[in-house]
Amino acid sequence: MELNILTVCYLIGSVTFILGLKMLSNPATARRGNLIAAAGMTIAITGTIFLYKDDTGNKLHNYAWIFGGILIGGIIGTLAAKKVKMTAMPEMVSMFNGMGGACAALISIVEFSHIGNNVVPGSHKLLLPEGGQGIILIILLGVIIGSISFAGSMIAWGKLNGKVKDFSFKGQHLFNIAILLVILGLATYLIGWTPANATIIFFLVFALSLLYGIFFVFPIGGADMPVVISLLNSFTGVAAACGGFLYNNKVMLTGGILVGAAGTLLTILMCKAMNRSLTNVLIGSFGGGAKAGPLGKKEQGSYKEISISDAAVVMSYAHKVFIVPGYGLAVAQAQHACHELEKLLEEKGVEVKYAIHPVAGRMPGHMNVLLAEADVSYEKLLEMEQANEEFPGTDVVLILGANDVVNPAAKHDPSSPIYGMPILDVELAKTVIVNKRSMKPGYAGIENELFYRPKTSMLFGDAKKVLQDLIGEIKNL
Amino acid sequence: MNSVLNWISANQQMIYIVILMIFIGIEVIGRVPSVLHTPLMSGANAIHGVVIIGAIIVMGKAESDNYLALVLGFLAVILGTLNVVGGFVVTDRMLEMFKKKKPPKSP
Repeated sequence: MELNILTVCYLIGSVTFILGLKMLSNPATARRGNLIAAAGMTIAITGTIFLYKDDTGNKLHNYAWIFGGILIGGIIGTLAAKKVKMTAMPEMVSMFNGMGGACAALISIVEFSHIGNNVVPGSHKLLLPEGGQGIILIILLGVIIGSISFAGSMIAWGKLNGKVKDFSFKGQHLFNIAILLVILGLATYLIGWTPANATIIFFLVFALSLLYGIFFVFPIGGADMPVVISLLNSFTGVAAACGGFLYNNKVMLTGGILVGAAGTLLTILMCKAMNRSLTNVLIGSFGGGAKAGPLGKKEQGSYKEISISDAAVVMSYAHKVFIVPGYGLAVAQAQHACHELEKLLEEKGVEVKYAIHPVAGRMPGHMNVLLAEADVSYEKLLEMEQANEEFPGTDVVLILGANDVVNPAAKHDPSSPIYGMPILDVELAKTVIVNKRSMKPGYAGIENELFYRPKTSMLFGDAKKVLQDLIGEIKNL
Repeated sequence: MNSVLNWISANQQMIYIVILMIFIGIEVIGRVPSVLHTPLMSGANAIHGVVIIGAIIVMGKAESDNYLALVLGFLAVILGTLNVVGGFVVTDRMLEMFKKKKPPKSP
C-alpha cells in the first residue's frame, strides 16, 4: 500500500517536471510552471522520506540526520537565493548547479564504498554486487559526471564574480583530452576486470574528474559562461539520472534525463543566439584566441568625448532615442535611473525605446529581467532584429555599458573572435553616445572600433552617476 | 556480449524511459524565446535537484556505525536541498520581474 502511494508520488513528480518545463518556455505561464515543478518536487521528496522501502522491505531511518540536512540546506538556499543581487543571479545558478553535481558524486562514493572492499576470497577480483558490472558502470558515471559538473560550476561561478581569471596554456586541449582518456581507461579497467584494488582506482577516477572539470572551464572566456553553465546543468541532469538507475527510481530518472536533454538543447539554442557553434565556444577560448587581427588596427585615431550638458541637449531635442543596455548598466545598478531618464524624455515628446541584444549582459534575458525590475514597459523592449530595422530612423543611440554586442568587427573582421555574431547596427542611427567607465575593452577582450567612428562620442563614468547627471541636466534645460 | 544483453533486458523499462524522456525534453522547450533562456536554465537546474532523493535514500539506509556513509550522506542531503530550494527560489525571483509587465501581452 505505502509503496503504491510512493509510486503515485513519483508519477506526480515526473508529470509536474514535464509540465513545469513546458510552461517555463512560455512567458505567460513561466512562473506558474516553476511553482508546479516545485510542488511536484516537494511531493516526491516527502513521499521518499516517509514511504520509501528498500528491496528487503526496510524503511529509512536516521530521520534526525535527514531533516537536519534538509533544514540546513533549505535555510541557506532560501537566504542565498533571496539575498542575491540581480547582477549575481547567473553566479548563483552556477553555484546551485555545482551543489547538485556534488550531491550526485557523493551518492556514488557512498554506494561504491559498499561494494569496493568485498574481494572474492583467494583471488584478486572484486566480489560482484547484485546487478553485476552494470551497477559499477552507473556508479562510475555518476561520480565522473557529477564531479565534472561540480568542479566546472565552481570555476564558472568564480569567473562570473571575478574571482577566477581566464587561464589557458599551450596544448591545454590536448592535456584535457589526455585526462579524459585516462579517466575512461581507468573506468573501463575497473568495470571490465573488477580488480581487488578497485577503491584506489575509483578515487583516482574521482580526483581526475574534478581536475578535468576545472581545466574544462578554465580556458573558456567569461562571456561564454552562460553557455557553459547550461551545458554543466545538463551534465548534472544526467548524473541525477544515474541515481535513478542505481535505486530503480523513476522520478530521478525522468527528472534527470529530462533536464539532460532539455539542457543540451538549451545550450545549443544559446549558442545559436550568438551565432556560434558549441564546439566554437568550447574550443575557441574567447580572449585567449584573440590573435593579431584586432591589435593590428590599434591606430584607429582618437575618440571624442561629449559633456553631460551636450549629451542632454542632443537627447532632449531628438525625435527618437534608442537605449542599448549592457553589463555596465547591471553592474552600476542603474536600471531605475535609466527608467527615469526614459520617462523624462517621453515627457519632452521624445520617443524612447530599448534595443536588447540576446546576449547582452552575462546571460540571455539578463537585460529584460533587469529593466523589468525598474518597471520599464515590456513593449518598449525591442529584440535585435526589430531594433536593427528601426535604427535608420533614430536620432540618438545611447549605449549604456554594452560593448561586444555593438562591435562592428563582428560583421567585417574575420580574424575577430566574435566574428559572425549578429550585432546591433547602432551605426545606422544619426548619433551614437557611448557610456563606459573607461576605454578598456569589453568582456571578450577586444577593441571596439565603434568608439573611434566619427558618429560616436564617448561619455565616461559610472552608468548610474552619468544617468543621474543627465536627468538633472535635462530637467534644467 | 551476453552480459550486456542481459543488462539491457533486465533494465528495459528504464531504458524506455530514458529514450522517451530525451524526446520529451527536446520537444518541450523547442520553441522557447531567447528572453526566457536564463529562467528556463535556472528552472531546469532546480529540477535536476531530484538527486536529493538519492541522497535521502543513502542517508536513510546508512547503518549507525558507518561514519563514511553518514557524513557523506548528510553532506549530500544538504547540497541537494540547496540545489532544489535555491534553484526554485532564484527562478521564481527572476520570473517575478517578468510578471509585472506581462498582462498587456497575454489575453
